[in-house]
Amino acid sequence: MKLTLEPNLADPDGFYQALIDSQRDMSDEEASAMNCRLILILANHIGDLEVISEALAAAGGKV
Amino acid sequence: MLSTHAYPKYPYRQSAEQREGRRARFPVVVVGAGPIGLSMALDLGRAGVKTVLLDDNDTVSIGSRGVCYARRPLEIYDRLGCAAPMIDKGVGWKVGKVFFGDKLSYQFDLSPAPGHKAPAMINLQQYHLEEMLVAACLETPGVDLRWKHEVVALRQFESHAELDVSTPDGTFTLEAEWVVACDGANSDLRKMVGAAFTGQAFHDRFLIADVVMKADYPAERWFWFDPPFHRHQSALLHKQTDDVWRIDFQLGWDADPEEEKKPENVLPRVKKMLGEEREFDLEWVSIYQFACRRIDSFRHGRVLFAGDAAHQVSPFGARGANTGVQDVDNLGWKLKLVLDGEAPDKLIDSYDEERAFAADDNLRASTRSTDFITPKSEMSRRFRDATLDLAGKYAFARPLVNSGRLSTPTPYLHSSLNTPDRDPFAGAMKPGTNAIDAPILCQGEPGWLLEHLGGRFVLLTFGEAPDVKSIKWRGVEAEVVAVGRDIVDAEGLLRARYDGEPGTVYLIRPDQHIAARWRYFDPLDIEVALSRACGA
Repeated sequence: MKLTLEPNLADPDGFYQALIDSQRDMSDEEASAMNCRLILILANHIGDLEVISEALAAAGGKV
Repeated sequence: MLSTHAYPKYPYRQSAEQREGRRARFPVVVVGAGPIGLSMALDLGRAGVKTVLLDDNDTVSIGSRGVCYARRPLEIYDRLGCAAPMIDKGVGWKVGKVFFGDKLSYQFDLSPAPGHKAPAMINLQQYHLEEMLVAACLETPGVDLRWKHEVVALRQFESHAELDVSTPDGTFTLEAEWVVACDGANSDLRKMVGAAFTGQAFHDRFLIADVVMKADYPAERWFWFDPPFHRHQSALLHKQTDDVWRIDFQLGWDADPEEEKKPENVLPRVKKMLGEEREFDLEWVSIYQFACRRIDSFRHGRVLFAGDAAHQVSPFGARGANTGVQDVDNLGWKLKLVLDGEAPDKLIDSYDEERAFAADDNLRASTRSTDFITPKSEMSRRFRDATLDLAGKYAFARPLVNSGRLSTPTPYLHSSLNTPDRDPFAGAMKPGTNAIDAPILCQGEPGWLLEHLGGRFVLLTFGEAPDVKSIKWRGVEAEVVAVGRDIVDAEGLLRARYDGEPGTVYLIRPDQHIAARWRYFDPLDIEVALSRACGA
């Protein structure tokens, strides 16, 4: 498994707040569009299809 | 409608054997004189194989239908001596633009690297292409083209097949050592052999409108997602020859095909796209839905399937006719060698091996494009829109935009006909790949590498020319073409594209695909590779 599923964020609360704040004033429709953009941006940053596939499986409850 | 083109009516002639009531057997009977059947007959006829081509109709394709012809098919047509009129008549293009709403999202160039004889892509109405192929077939003595001949029954035997053929003069039977079924997506022959044809059907409908207009839009492929003139669907504008323009509108699954085809419903859509002031005429209208599927095996005994009869793809990417022409390219030389008794029957099985592999590759590409263009769920649509949105701003998202990946050849990298590399090579010319073109000089005159390949096996050598003219396996000869002696590497592109350091040898098949390569010239190794490429 190449995907990190152990804690890896230095400031977990800070990250979570930034995530929620970024969508605080959005409708569900707008937030959903943003989530799609976010997934694409992060996937490109990761770049490794093996890691992404493992993340897809983990997120889809298939691990 | 149909103002720019006068459809020919080809004469029906009763064959001598039907008139005389005798049974004739031919090496090859090709069924269906569409682009693929015509190409097959032309390839075989030019190789000296007596070929009967049967068609149940007596004219060419009605409507423009397949309009984009890619570099590899044009290279094949050049080998068959008929690319020049196609390229002259067609509209060359290489730039594609993708719009999201009214904004440019992504732009691509099909031909970033120069140094090929054939253009990256031309647009040419299918009827023009077919007429040129008919003309080429009529000039080829080996081709016996018979209009108004419909195959109504097929029986197979160990060494041949029997075909019952219906003509205006009744039904008669002819025999063929091999039958090539090029009778389209609804192939009757496929049903006659009981082959499965499975895959995925897509629940969407598209309207094609060919319009005639004088317009100074550039010869580019313009594709819109969710444009202001056709909200929530996609649209395409593409230039053809004779001032004909192809427009595609995605309509959705609920559209009524009969209603949508009516000019009173088509005209407002086109006007909304082109603007009220633009003058145009409707030339041809069609509604299509599509599927991505393929036949279980390209070979059923003595019957071989090619083109849409073997595989059906979505129109995004121009993969229908383009891959069909490559089926022909793959099959022609194999049939010739087997009919001549030079190669074992099992060489024909490699047709299924190689072209089914290519078909799967095409189906995958076609299905992926379709999933992007016609999202199956609300969330898929959001991902699609997010990709288009990001592509306007960030380079990373542009390669994700898929408005149809335009047809490129699939290399047969795992083919049993290949001899795996023993020596290290750089570059793209791995065994199983189609030979890339390069500019050369021949006797001081500028020319192209591909003009010296094809139609027979070739040994392309770099550095000091070997002291033999050819290497033979049984009756099959591979002829030496020495770079530096027979052809000159005019711009250094040949050496660069083939990693051709001195001593390098390529064994190239009659369909211009690489069979083997070495860093030395060893007659025994070459003979073994040649036998392998012939299916032995």
